[in-house]
Amino acid sequence: MSKILVIAEHLGGKLNPSTARAVSAAAAVKPEAIDVLVLADSVDAIAADAAKIEGVSRVLTVARAENAHPLAAVLAPQIAKAAAGYSHVLAPSTTFGKDVLPRVAALLGVAQVSDVMSVEGAHTFKRPIYAGNAIITVEADPTATLVATIRTASWPAATTSANSAPIEALTLDVALPSHTRFVELQSGKSDRPDLQSASKVVSGGRGVGSKENFDIIYKFADKIGAAVGASRAAVDAGYVPSDLQVGQTGKIIAPELYMAIGISGAIQHLTGIKDAGTIVAINKDGEAPIFEIADIGLVGDLFKLIPELEQAIS
Amino acid sequence: MKILVGYKRVVDYNVRIQVKPDGTGVVTDGVKLSANPFDDIALEEALRLREKGVAEEVVLVGIGPADLTAHLRNGLAMGANRAIHVVTTDAVQPLTAARVFQKLIDKEQPGLVILGKQAIDDDANQTGQMLAALWDRPQATFASKVEIADGKATVTREVDAGLEVIDAELPAVITTDLRLNEPRFIKLPDIMKAKSKPIDTIELGSLGVEANDHLKTTHYAAPAKRSKGVMVKDAAELVAALKQKGLL
Ligand SMILES: Cc1cc2nc3c(=O)[nH]c(=O)nc-3n(C[C@H](O)[C@H](O)[C@H](O)COP(=O)(O)OP(=O)(O)OC[C@H]3O[C@@H](n4cnc5c(N)ncnc54)[C@H](O)[C@@H]3O)c2cc1C
Ligand SMILES: Nc1ncnc2c1ncn2[C@@H]1O[C@H](COP(=O)(O)O)[C@@H](O)[C@H]1O
Repeated sequence: MSKILVIAEHLGGKLNPSTARAVSAAAAVKPEAIDVLVLADSVDAIAADAAKIEGVSRVLTVARAENAHPLAAVLAPQIAKAAAGYSHVLAPSTTFGKDVLPRVAALLGVAQVSDVMSVEGAHTFKRPIYAGNAIITVEADPTATLVATIRTASWPAATTSANSAPIEALTLDVALPSHTRFVELQSGKSDRPDLQSASKVVSGGRGVGSKENFDIIYKFADKIGAAVGASRAAVDAGYVPSDLQVGQTGKIIAPELYMAIGISGAIQHLTGIKDAGTIVAINKDGEAPIFEIADIGLVGDLFKLIPELEQAIS
Repeated sequence: MKILVGYKRVVDYNVRIQVKPDGTGVVTDGVKLSANPFDDIALEEALRLREKGVAEEVVLVGIGPADLTAHLRNGLAMGANRAIHVVTTDAVQPLTAARVFQKLIDKEQPGLVILGKQAIDDDANQTGQMLAALWDRPQATFASKVEIADGKATVTREVDAGLEVIDAELPAVITTDLRLNEPRFIKLPDIMKAKSKPIDTIELGSLGVEANDHLKTTHYAAPAKRSKGVMVKDAAELVAALKQKGLL
C-alpha cells in the first residue's frame, strides 16, 4: 500500500492553495495515508490550514529558523530524511516545487516525474512534454520512492472544510548548509485575485502597447473581479512584472474564464491556458492563431472594444 | 574561474510537434534541431562573465549521439573556449545528465555551472537541481539576473510570488530563465574560428555512469484538442454570451 508525503507550499504564514491540489493528486493514488509536511520558521497557522484539507491523515511540522524562506538547499535534506517510510513524495509543480523536489529526488537517488496530469496507477502517470504538444504515459520503478511534482491546473483543490487531521511536530536530525542565503523577495503585492487560483483572468499581450496602456487591462479586470495575466512579450517589453506571465515558462492556469487581449496565441502561451473553461480572444487580426482555440472570438481594436465591454456590462 | 555550460540539442521551438499515429514517439525525422533556448542563454551569460573578467574559460557540455559535434561547433562559434562531448546513443534522463555533469565537475573543477532551467523537449526542469544536490553545492534556479563578487553569486530568481534574490557561495549551479539576457548572433568569421577549437570526446560509459531508463515512457498521445468556438460581432454580443454562460 502507498503512503504519501505531500510537501506544503506556503508564503507569509499562509498555506498556498496549490498544496490542496497536490493532495487531490495524492488521493488519486488511493493510498493508505496522506501526510502533509510543513517546513517553516513558525508552523502553527500553516499546519492548521493543512489539517483542514480533505483526505489528509496527519500534518507533520518542522519548525526551524532556517526554514523561514524556501531555500531548496536547506529544505531538501530535511524532506529527504522525512521521506523514509513513504512510497511517494509529492509537491505542487509551482516554482517552489520545481526548485526543491528534484533536489530531494537526487538525494534519494531516484528520478522525478514532473508535472503529473493524471494518475494511471501508483507508479504510472501522464505528463506533458514539448510544451504540452504531446502527452506521455510514464512508468516509474515500483521498488523506488516515487518523487513527482503535480501540475496544479490539472487538479481541483481538495476541499478544506470537513477535516481536522492531527498535527505532530517532527524532529529531524539533519545538518543544514549555510552556503545559500535568502536576501529578499520583491513581490508586486496587490489586492487583485491571485493569478494561479482566480476563477477569471484577463491577460494582455504586446498589442496593449505600453506600461501605461496596461491600465486599461487592470481596470477591466477589476470591473469583472478577475486576476491579471500577460504574455511573455508583454513582460519582456516591461509592461508588467514577470510573475504575471502565463505559458510554458510562466504560470499554467485553469480559470473558468480566460480573456486574451492583444495576444497572438503562440504555442508557448497556449500551453498555459489549455485547461481554462472558456477562452475569449480579442485581437484586431482576424487571422491570429488565438482564434483557433478560443471559445469566443471578437475581432477588433482593444482600445475601442474594452470601453464598449465595460459599458455593456454595466 | 572556469564555467561549465549545459548545451543540449532539442527540436527547434518553432516546430509544430506531431505525435506518431502509433503512439511510439514524436516525429523527429527531418525536423529542425537547435540549441535548447535556455542553454543559449546560459552560454551567453557565461560569455558575458568572461568578458567582464569574472571567468577565464567557458566550457560547453553536450551529452548525446555522435552527430552532436555540429551543434557544439555552433556554441564554440558563439564564443565558448572548448567543448566536451559525452557520447551516448541512449536517451539521457535528468538524473543521468546530472551524474554526468558531476563526473565532469570532478575533473574540471569549475567555479560555476550554468544550465537551462528546462529542456524544451522533455520539459523536466530537474537537471540543475539534481546536480546541485549530488555536488552538495548551492542552486539558484530560474535566474533573471546574476552578479558575481566576493566568492558568491547574487542571483535574482523568477518565482511565482515575484522576484526572489539569494546569495549563493561559489562554486554553485545556476539555471537560466528567459529574461536573463538575449543571446548574441553568430558571425561568419567566428564559424571559421570555431573549427579549430577543441572538442573532447568521452564515452558516457567510461565516466562510470549508466544511461539508466529511470522512467519508461510507454505511450505518446496528442493533447486533447479544444474545438474551434464561435465569433461574435461586437462587445454587446460578447457580454451576452458570457452572461449566458454565467461567467459575468
Ligand atoms: C522557450 C520559449 C518559451 C516561451 N514561453 C512563453 C510563455 O511562457 N508565455 C508566453 O506568452 N510566451 C512565451 N514565449 C514567447 C512566444 O513564443 C511569443 O513570442 C509570445 O507569446 C508573443 O506574445 P504576444 O502574443 O503578446 O505578442 P505578439 O505575438 O506580438 O502578438 C500581439 C498581438 O496583438 C494584436 N494587436 C496589436 N494591437 C492590437 C490592438 N490595438 N487591438 C487588438 N489586438 C491588437 C496583434 O494582432 C497580435 O496578434 C516563449 C518562447 C520561447 C522560445
Ligand atoms: N543531454 C544533455 N546535454 C547537455 N545538457 C543537458 C542535457 N540534458 C540536460 N542538460 C542541461 O540541463 C538543463 C535542464 O534540462 P531538463 O532537466 O531535462 O529540463 C538543460 O537546459 C541543459 O542545460
